[in-house]
Amino acid sequence: MSYYPYFVAGWLLLVGCFGIVRSRNLVHAVVSLAVAQAGTYVLLLSVGYQRHAPAPVFGSTEKPSSDVVDPVVQALTLTDIVVSATVTALLLALAIQIAKRHGTVDPDRLSALEG
Amino acid sequence: MPFDSGVANLLPVIIVVPIAMAALLVAIASYVPRVLTDVLATATAAGVCALAAVVAANTGGERGRVVTWLAGWKPTGGTSVGLVLVGDRMSAGLAVLIALLMALAMLYGWKYFDDIGGHFLPLMLFFLAGMEGFAFSGDIFDMFVFFELMGAAAYALTGFKTEDPSSLQGGLNFGVINSLGAYFSLTGIGILYALTGNLQLPLLAKSVDEKGLSASVILAFVFIMAGFLVKAAMVPLHFWLADAHAVAPSPVCVLFSGVMVELGVYGVARVYWVVFEGTVPHHTIRGAFVVLGTVTAIVGSVMCFCQRHLKRLLAYSTVAHVGLFLVAFAMLDDGGTAGAVLYVLGHAGAKSALFLLAGVVLNRYGSVDELELHGRGKRARVLPWLWLFGGLALSACPPFGTGLGKDIAETATIKAGYQWLPALFVLVSAVTAGAVLRAAMRIYFGLGDPPTELDQPESTSGSQEEPEVSGTLRNVPVTMLVPIVVLLGGSLALGVVPGFAEAVGKAAHQFIDRDGYVTQALTNATTAPVPHVPAMHWTTLGIALGLSSAVLSMAFAFAGLYAQRLPVAVRRSAGAFGAPLRVVRRAHSGHIGDYVAWLLVGLALLGALVGVPVR
Repeated sequence: MSYYPYFVAGWLLLVGCFGIVRSRNLVHAVVSLAVAQAGTYVLLLSVGYQRHAPAPVFGSTEKPSSDVVDPVVQALTLTDIVVSATVTALLLALAIQIAKRHGTVDPDRLSALEG
Repeated sequence: MPFDSGVANLLPVIIVVPIAMAALLVAIASYVPRVLTDVLATATAAGVCALAAVVAANTGGERGRVVTWLAGWKPTGGTSVGLVLVGDRMSAGLAVLIALLMALAMLYGWKYFDDIGGHFLPLMLFFLAGMEGFAFSGDIFDMFVFFELMGAAAYALTGFKTEDPSSLQGGLNFGVINSLGAYFSLTGIGILYALTGNLQLPLLAKSVDEKGLSASVILAFVFIMAGFLVKAAMVPLHFWLADAHAVAPSPVCVLFSGVMVELGVYGVARVYWVVFEGTVPHHTIRGAFVVLGTVTAIVGSVMCFCQRHLKRLLAYSTVAHVGLFLVAFAMLDDGGTAGAVLYVLGHAGAKSALFLLAGVVLNRYGSVDELELHGRGKRARVLPWLWLFGGLALSACPPFGTGLGKDIAETATIKAGYQWLPALFVLVSAVTAGAVLRAAMRIYFGLGDPPTELDQPESTSGSQEEPEVSGTLRNVPVTMLVPIVVLLGGSLALGVVPGFAEAVGKAAHQFIDRDGYVTQALTNATTAPVPHVPAMHWTTLGIALGLSSAVLSMAFAFAGLYAQRLPVAVRRSAGAFGAPLRVVRRAHSGHIGDYVAWLLVGLALLGALVGVPVR
């Protein structure tokens, strides 16, 4: 088993965090959050991956006893994507409203909540 | 007894009913009069509360827990791919609290909002379903999903006032930081699945034990805790809380402070006790959470006392109390757990009532700025006394439930060898209650020096807050008064109803009975119940400490009111705290990038506190 996909997953998670920390635009921050979440997709899929094993669909060619990739993590990833779509859409909607009300989407210039 | 008999079927019903009703309300909201949607939603919450009470009545003692493997995917031969819901006394009791607070918040909302819009009540119902699901889930991935369901509903409810700039910013900060925490949790869940091939808590318990302690197990533990601790608002992951509470409508704050934040602590405790208790040793967890809880309690109380925005003040008081709950959980015995639970219940009553009272202030005077409102409420007759009553409840004065919980938790800390911790409990409850009493006496009795700082208004003073009614409220409607009185009365009753603390003690004992949980979830065989849990009552020391924190809170309140007239020596020594205080206040910048940086710092800190001692 290669460690490379785990490295990519950790990298995506951290680079997403870094993107939010350094963000000068709320849309960029929300997309960075989605990048961080992409790290979780990569992690989950690589956990279930098996080299040379087909998709977990059993039929006349694939006997239930044969090796397949793990379907559980694929289900988790799908659920994760649904969650991501909801949260991203909601946060982008908030960002649009902030642009309308504050006239800016730069976090450095939003100061309604200090202290 | 088969898994899916009778009561067990109620667990999925409790989660599905609010979702179905939410979908219905979205569809019909624009065609029916508002009173119908109000009544339907409130009745749903009340019905869920009743169902949860039935579940609670069928747990504990001989019956143990209520277990459902959804759609009949039962475990065979000690393994399973099914999803499990487990109701024990603790989760069922929490479910009752969630639904009760939701019903009261909705009742309060009848007259609180002039225009409620078509989305508020459905969002509240989704929020209810998410929290109930989180409480009952026995599957760690389901916990993540319900965590995000309640999160998404909560973000939308925070940013509900789309015309208010600070409300939007609060909602966005809340959403980004909580979702990021949840993704860290999901990473931890992925690591755990890679190690063991399981997601169900009872199966994880066995397989993590077999794996033994390793760096990956510690990593998974720290990552999974990240999301729960963000929700629980542990310092330094707490920044979102004040932003969200300050801007969310008051009935929503009731649920945030009353139970959502505490569900974070519940998640930490549940996952630790079932999954990691056999691997990650007690002493590391105790050390880590005593340190982090103490820091949380101190930062929360200091920030609380500095606020003039009423809702931010109450929000930081919640941060301070969460610190105490974490410390009590960290005792890792039935005494500490029971103390934390009683304290959470009493705190839910007191804090929720205070948030509702802050909502009354907002609708009546059009502001929640303590200094601007100086003396404005002198003609009110009932409300001042409710404020003072709530302040006393928060100060853990006997015989309130908060006081009894604090007493039991203090006894547990002394038993565990932390003789200094009761002092922390007393100080935190005195400072936070002192801030509340100070605000009440300034607004309603006109005490204290007249405001001099008004010429330099802060950005978060609360004077810009927009009321939810057009014009101002003359009289407080009875539907707004009843929830406040019920909550305060409940907080008092918890401390005086005989036998309640004993029942909480048994629930706590069941909660930390790991083998019982695993056995019953997998085979539905109950284990022997505990006959008696010791030390679940008032102690002389506890009463004395409770009374002294009440007296101290009055002292803090008057010191805050008449800060200019304190002796010079006192003012000078208080002035020494000025510089560190400014640093702490400046850290609360409202900047999402800063919050994420602090999240990473907090995770590193937790990792060091847990990882280094076990090496």
